[in-house]
Amino acid sequence: MSKHTIEMTINGRRHTADVESRVSLSDFLREDAGYTGVHIGCDHGVCGACTVMVNGEAVRGCLMLAVQADGARVTTVEGLAAPDGTLHPVQAALRDEHGLQCGFCTPGIVMTMAALSAREKRPTEEQLLNALSGHLCRCTGYQGIRRAARKLASPEPAESTGGDSV
Amino acid sequence: MSAPDSTTGTQAGHQPAARPRSGSGRYIGQRVPRKEDSRLLTGRGQFVDDITLPGMLHVAFARSPIARGRIVSIDTDVARDIAGVHAIYTQQDLAPFNVDLLSFYLVPPEVETTPLANGRVAYVGEPIALVIADSRPVAEDAASLIEVVFAEEDPVVTIDDARRGMPVHPGAEDNIAAQMGEEEIDEDLQAQLDGAPHLITHRVVHQRISQSPMETRGVVATRDGAEELTLYITCQSPHLVARWVSLALGLPQTAIRVIAKDVGGGFGLKNHPWMEETAVILAAQLFNRPLKWIEDRYENLIAANQAREQEMVLQIALDDEGKLIASHGDYSVNNGAYPQLSECNIAVHMFVWAAYKMPRYGFLTRGWYTNTVGYAAYRGPWAMESLIRETALDVAARRIGIDPIELRRRNLVTLQDQPTTSCMDIPLEDITPAECLEKLLQAFDVSAFRKEQEAGRLQGRHLGLGIATYVEPTGAAGAITTMTGELAQVRIEPTGKVTATMSTHSQGHGTATTMAQIFADRLGVAYEDVTVFEGDSSRGGFSPGAAGSRQGVIAGGAAIMAADLLATRVRQLAAHLLEAEVDAITVDDGMVHVEGAPDKSRSLAEIASTAYGEPDRLPPGFEAGLEAQYRYQPPPMTFSSAANACVVEVDIDTGFVKILRWISSEDCGTAINPSVVEGQIAGGLAQAIGMVLLEEVRFDARGNPLAATYKDYHLPAISDVPDFEFVHASTPSQSVGGMRGVGEGGAIIGAPALVNAIADALAPFGEVPVDLPLTPTKILGVIEGRDLRSKPDSDQHQFIAEHTAAGPQVEVPATAAGTADQTAAPADIRVDGDWNMVLSTPMGPQEMTGHFETDGQALSGYLSSPEGQMEFTGTVEGGNLKFDLKVQKPMKITLKYTLAVNGDKIAGKCKMGIFGSAKVSGTRA
Repeated sequence: MSKHTIEMTINGRRHTADVESRVSLSDFLREDAGYTGVHIGCDHGVCGACTVMVNGEAVRGCLMLAVQADGARVTTVEGLAAPDGTLHPVQAALRDEHGLQCGFCTPGIVMTMAALSAREKRPTEEQLLNALSGHLCRCTGYQGIRRAARKLASPEPAESTGGDSV
Repeated sequence: MSAPDSTTGTQAGHQPAARPRSGSGRYIGQRVPRKEDSRLLTGRGQFVDDITLPGMLHVAFARSPIARGRIVSIDTDVARDIAGVHAIYTQQDLAPFNVDLLSFYLVPPEVETTPLANGRVAYVGEPIALVIADSRPVAEDAASLIEVVFAEEDPVVTIDDARRGMPVHPGAEDNIAAQMGEEEIDEDLQAQLDGAPHLITHRVVHQRISQSPMETRGVVATRDGAEELTLYITCQSPHLVARWVSLALGLPQTAIRVIAKDVGGGFGLKNHPWMEETAVILAAQLFNRPLKWIEDRYENLIAANQAREQEMVLQIALDDEGKLIASHGDYSVNNGAYPQLSECNIAVHMFVWAAYKMPRYGFLTRGWYTNTVGYAAYRGPWAMESLIRETALDVAARRIGIDPIELRRRNLVTLQDQPTTSCMDIPLEDITPAECLEKLLQAFDVSAFRKEQEAGRLQGRHLGLGIATYVEPTGAAGAITTMTGELAQVRIEPTGKVTATMSTHSQGHGTATTMAQIFADRLGVAYEDVTVFEGDSSRGGFSPGAAGSRQGVIAGGAAIMAADLLATRVRQLAAHLLEAEVDAITVDDGMVHVEGAPDKSRSLAEIASTAYGEPDRLPPGFEAGLEAQYRYQPPPMTFSSAANACVVEVDIDTGFVKILRWISSEDCGTAINPSVVEGQIAGGLAQAIGMVLLEEVRFDARGNPLAATYKDYHLPAISDVPDFEFVHASTPSQSVGGMRGVGEGGAIIGAPALVNAIADALAPFGEVPVDLPLTPTKILGVIEGRDLRSKPDSDQHQFIAEHTAAGPQVEVPATAAGTADQTAAPADIRVDGDWNMVLSTPMGPQEMTGHFETDGQALSGYLSSPEGQMEFTGTVEGGNLKFDLKVQKPMKITLKYTLAVNGDKIAGKCKMGIFGSAKVSGTRA
């Protein structure tokens, strides 16, 4: 199968490779570039686990070919935290709100929320939840994910309650 | 180190010291952030597909496109010629390994189950050939070029097909995989049912479920010389996988190491390896290179074992006050072709009335083989008991005209009623479903809701309230060979930091967090200074990991016991070094203090450094270092209880269900970390929503799976799941630490709560047949079955009995007569000699050897098992044997055996008193 030379910036580092045209962006990021935080949950565009940012937009890595990302600026979940290890606000919100259990779907959820949060106008809770409806999580029942979304959406971060006790 | 009392399984000697401050410790009971999250949030988790080994090759499978048939030929020539393909194996290549795919109980399956198809295929997706190639895409290319010619046969797909169709397994008499109970209802019980003022006959059809962990199955296998085998595998316990592989592959001399640091959910699917994983492990040995196989989602949805697919009819007799009189259950479950365990789910019957004052219960329970992918566990495998009981009770309440809450109050076992014993002889000491229900009702104003409901109906809004209560056996240990205690090993390092190695395993459970909370709490150190290691069979000791809501209960107890042993050693050493009384020593936040002598305070690090490095300063006889371990054997069973309330609105134009409110009131004893507890409950409730409204594995008449992607198999999304509200009852259990299991409860109680809410909303239209999932189409069927404008009248409350057959029917199983595979040879009926037999008991299969001697029609011999040997006499006629055995343990009971010999096989039944009949099978020794 013919190969194509592509070049892209991944998490701020330049990456050049020869890839077959049939290779998906998610396989390329995992296997060629070594960013195994990109998780493949369904490989047919439903679960959202493989979501990465391409030129700032949340994209399903399994629905895009690596060759289509030639020249693009790609961010994976590995590229979000500060160099000193400080978590991105989305990551911190999910940790504080117990928004993950097994953590397999988590990278995609982080990237979708981070892409929305990076826009000039802070996303509303509704925007975040609409975007999150394209992600499947089998563990959490989405409780902590929703709490994290509310925290990120509100102008003032709400107090962490951990649960909705009555 | 003292051992637990092995006869009672309790910790009487340690109880006073071991009982912690329930829920009020410095770390126990706190919502601390999880230890696991930092790596998982930054993409630094280590899942099996993240493993790459030098020289590693990739595997793909060629799978059966038909549900049933004989393999005429397999042509791999074209596939082998693809560049990058190294080898292609079929069962012929793997046969010399002589592998038994063992069940969770570590016994061979009842039907021969091979890693790759052995001359026949029995379900769509069955692996036929394994391709090894440079990359997964190349392996898939080659797999698609393998040509298999089949002689196709008509498949048996549904439970109904199985009752009437040709046996799935050649040589079998019928499709019954497992059976217990009585085929005909006891006369007295029948009279009680027939004579009762109210008899409810309620039928539930539960669809087939795909466990759907977000990480599919996968394995990396590497044979490192003749004596070492290392596996990276998605699993629920690395220790159980190591034990299973050692036994199943017959590798007693091989050092097996199983590593599973991060696993993306299990839910019962990943209890132990199955066909594909086993084939990869064998292929790695044959080809002698590291191999990786990662299941894709298509494979996962069609070829990973699945769960549920059950039908049950429950009859309940009640008096005019709504008091329970008697009940009977008839249950069937689709086992598929090669179940991980031939299962008739006796637990459904053991627990169906455990929380209720039900005087009498009888049952028939059966598992059926079909030409579909095999049966495996799924969170709360016996959950049908709560689904059918709680939905039937609501039907009964409507029929008798009693409030469903009042009906439960009149029949639930309360704390005042205990200790007592259920109608199935389950001892009950501290279940609290009634107390959970009252707590729930403090949080939810039912009368206000009823007013809102009534007002809504006048405006065309259809609101419904569903209430459900349940109990669940958790933390079971001791009754099944693989369900053991848990091991905690803990040390204070010379640095003063605490490290612990646990037998636990997390697929999202957060055990590294909750166990660290316990160690920090009990040792007086900061949570941040504790690290818990797990996920590697070379660390810690055996346990089945996540299986049956058990790790918090049992491993939590082990952690407390080990920590207390170590804390005692710290105080002894500190007292010696600081010249103080042991009782005057306290440890807090990593500092060792002497009461009344603040100048003597030292860091734990200083004490620990001395313990390891300055043996001359230790007290006489004090073992150097600061280490302890404890294997905790809990009480045989610890019950959790709950009551849930769910409010829905059903749109009668579209049939869509909107969940408006959901309150969970549960009693899981001590909650080590309430956020982790609520996470477990919420995850289970979301899965219940999937079961009731969305998910379904369907097949066409030829056995082709119709859900092959997540566009066909609908998992609940964030928009399908409401905010859950939590009420915690927190009655400490009898186990050390007072925890109760919470892993499965949400998945069990959620379904009846939601079904009851929908049924309540639709009550004006008649009863809702419980045929899951309740899709908009099915709900519209209920709504449009009546004139929507008509005024409610006395006919309104149609009952499920009218939707279904009147009751359980005696089925006549199809026989094997006429199958192509049946041999015409006369039966070989040599009875005398030794036989290896398996009795399928309610506690799992029990292996035994039988010795028979015949003299005319007289039979004598003995049965021998690890528990001992028992002699018997009986009769023999042709190849048919009959004999009785009286046993004393676990209770006085007469076992009546009826067996038939055919060639080198023996099969039949054992009648076991109230437990009904169990299947016996075996082969000549």
